[in-house]
Amino acid sequence: MIVLLFYLGLFGGAFFIVYAMRRGLQSRQDFTSLKTVTFGDESAVRADRAASIISVVVIFLIWGAFTGSKIMPIHVPGPFVGETQFTYTLEHPDGSTDDATVFVRVPAFGEEAESFEVEPGTGFAKDVAFAAPAGRSSTILFDKNDEVTRSDGAKIIAINGTAIGPDDTVDTGDGSVSLTGKGAISFTPKQGLQMNPIWLPAPETVVARFFEIASEGYQNFSLWQHLGWSLLRVIAGFVAGAIVGIPLGYAMGLSGWFRGWFDPIVEFMRPVPPLALIPLVIIWFGIWETGKIVLLFLAALWIMTIAARAGVSGVNISKIHAAYSLGASKWQIMRHVIVPNSLPEIFTGARVAMGVCWGTVVAAELVAAQKGAGMMIIAASKFQLTDIVIMGIVLIGIIGYGIDILMRKAENILVPWKGRS
Amino acid sequence: MPELDIVDLSMRFDLPNGSSVQALKDVSLSLKEGELMSVLGPSGCGKTTLLNILAGFLAPTSGKVELNGHIVEGPDAERGMVFQKGALFEWMNVRDNVEFGPRMKGMPKAEREKISDHLLEVVGLQDFKEKAVYELSGGMQQRVALARCLANEPDVILMDEPLGALDALTREKMQGLVLKLWKETGKTIILITHSVEEALLLGERLIVMAPRPGRIHREYNLPFAERGVNADLRDVKKSEGFAEKRDEILSMIWEMEEEIMGRTEQVA
Ligand SMILES: Nc1ncnc2c1ncn2[C@@H]1O[C@H](COP(=O)(O)OP(=O)(O)OP(=O)(O)O)[C@@H](O)[C@H]1O
Ligand SMILES: [Mg+2]
Repeated sequence: MIVLLFYLGLFGGAFFIVYAMRRGLQSRQDFTSLKTVTFGDESAVRADRAASIISVVVIFLIWGAFTGSKIMPIHVPGPFVGETQFTYTLEHPDGSTDDATVFVRVPAFGEEAESFEVEPGTGFAKDVAFAAPAGRSSTILFDKNDEVTRSDGAKIIAINGTAIGPDDTVDTGDGSVSLTGKGAISFTPKQGLQMNPIWLPAPETVVARFFEIASEGYQNFSLWQHLGWSLLRVIAGFVAGAIVGIPLGYAMGLSGWFRGWFDPIVEFMRPVPPLALIPLVIIWFGIWETGKIVLLFLAALWIMTIAARAGVSGVNISKIHAAYSLGASKWQIMRHVIVPNSLPEIFTGARVAMGVCWGTVVAAELVAAQKGAGMMIIAASKFQLTDIVIMGIVLIGIIGYGIDILMRKAENILVPWKGRS
Repeated sequence: MPELDIVDLSMRFDLPNGSSVQALKDVSLSLKEGELMSVLGPSGCGKTTLLNILAGFLAPTSGKVELNGHIVEGPDAERGMVFQKGALFEWMNVRDNVEFGPRMKGMPKAEREKISDHLLEVVGLQDFKEKAVYELSGGMQQRVALARCLANEPDVILMDEPLGALDALTREKMQGLVLKLWKETGKTIILITHSVEEALLLGERLIVMAPRPGRIHREYNLPFAERGVNADLRDVKKSEGFAEKRDEILSMIWEMEEEIMGRTEQVA
């Protein structure tokens, strides 16, 4: 909630700062800047470079600030770490009272609390040393060294001089103290606004983890093997899907019998998300490589079939007529007109299919795998190694994005006429 | 002996809802080799249908088309087509588009190149041989389409509104080019157009078609194409008889359009 408010604040703040700065140096007069109607004119809306850069910076800023990152100069208030103390007032069954001090040491997240000793002091209530665990409340058995204990009928009536009863809470500045139902002290160190690293580790932890795993590997395989295997599965499944799907799509585009026969199957299978097929594929083909590649094959197959069919149906009839009138045979028309004409559609399909396959392989590896990007994050999550989980997610995102960029590059080189007829 | 013979051609489209459209009824026509004929008529009178039958893309419900003594039964390289637009192959450059026909016949590369070099020079695109077709303007693309058709040496060239998508100035230039190509190659050409002026300029013969059912309404023999071969087309338009013919045909088509409108209003 607070993170969201911070984010919105930075979003708005950056907007006003950038616009105020730009007003001074508004000299570039490109075509768009001369348009007077821009609201609603989609072509006049371009991604603002500054906004994109600030957006990425803001994510790391917030991430760092809320995780107590060491590379960030400013943080939101963190949890209490160090030594603090508070006093409790114990009432003897005979009505007399005595004060004693509880010394508490709170370690940083992830560190062990080390036990220590203090002088017991005077009176029937004795001082206590307590090594608290970080980030959560714990019960202090304050009366284990007192001369009268709760079983004798003694009870705590005040903390730091403030009266307290069962289930009441007193703020001591560095934490809060409450009495449990049984009259024991429960101490909770101040949490602050930072995230527990178990939920979200600092950026540098994730980066350090990346270098560690990049050099040492994880769960018997190097990082590159994990990622490479995922990619290999995607490519194998995609290629298989394309090899079957494209000819099938052509056949459906060219023959009424093929279209009639396969239309119901394709139209039925298309809306079934590949993830829903995982259980069946596991039952039929097992959970290892065959099952995964079959799953990816199915994920790519329908997309490629539909793309190829659309590519054939999309050919301008004038082109076909022209080719016939120029003396081309059916086979020549297939080879020189229909196939090249369908390539843009097929490339679009291939981009979609690669994206779907990449998402599906990660999901399939979550279910069962010995290596792979998905396996890495699911294994890490079982040990609450959130840094590896986040590193894995970031790598999966980067690779998916990289695949799309490569496909787009290939498209520009191989089908430059796309969208230009 | 007439080269192209159209005999009692009728075409009826049966629509899925049970009704039918008589797109052509008893169209008969003969063209001699090297004749240039333009076809005019209100929208929907069956011009494209007629051309598609001549090209062999459609089989008529009755009647026949004969070319050089044999019956037309399907598309063939002897009958070249020039479409209004969108018929060039974007995945080939200008030269490959022009060489498509010869290449399909298996002509060797050197020979093909001689043909395309010559034709691209004729249509004024010698500097654009290696360009992608989508980089060319609409007028240039139509010149590629003309060159591609001529490269195949067809006996008859069929054009369906070949200049319809061009701006007025480009169109005028292209009309000159069509006349020049006609005279130089001596091909038989049938050209469909919506422009009365174009039909007058690019037709030794001109037929005006009438709709419902599609039929030949009037036929003219005109001197303007011959005049235009050696003169500026603007002068031809000012020449004797042009304005009268134009007005006569305009009002004829105008009347037909009115009649169609009136009929649809009655229906509504
Ligand atoms: N495939 C078809 N199915 C059904 N009706 C058709 C078909 N093709 C053409 N028609 C009908 O035949 C008639 C003639 O059409 P055609 O396209 O030949 O006209 P046109 O003279 O070329 O018109 P335009 O000047 O608008 O191009 C029209 O009424 C049209 O609706
Ligand atoms: Mg038409």
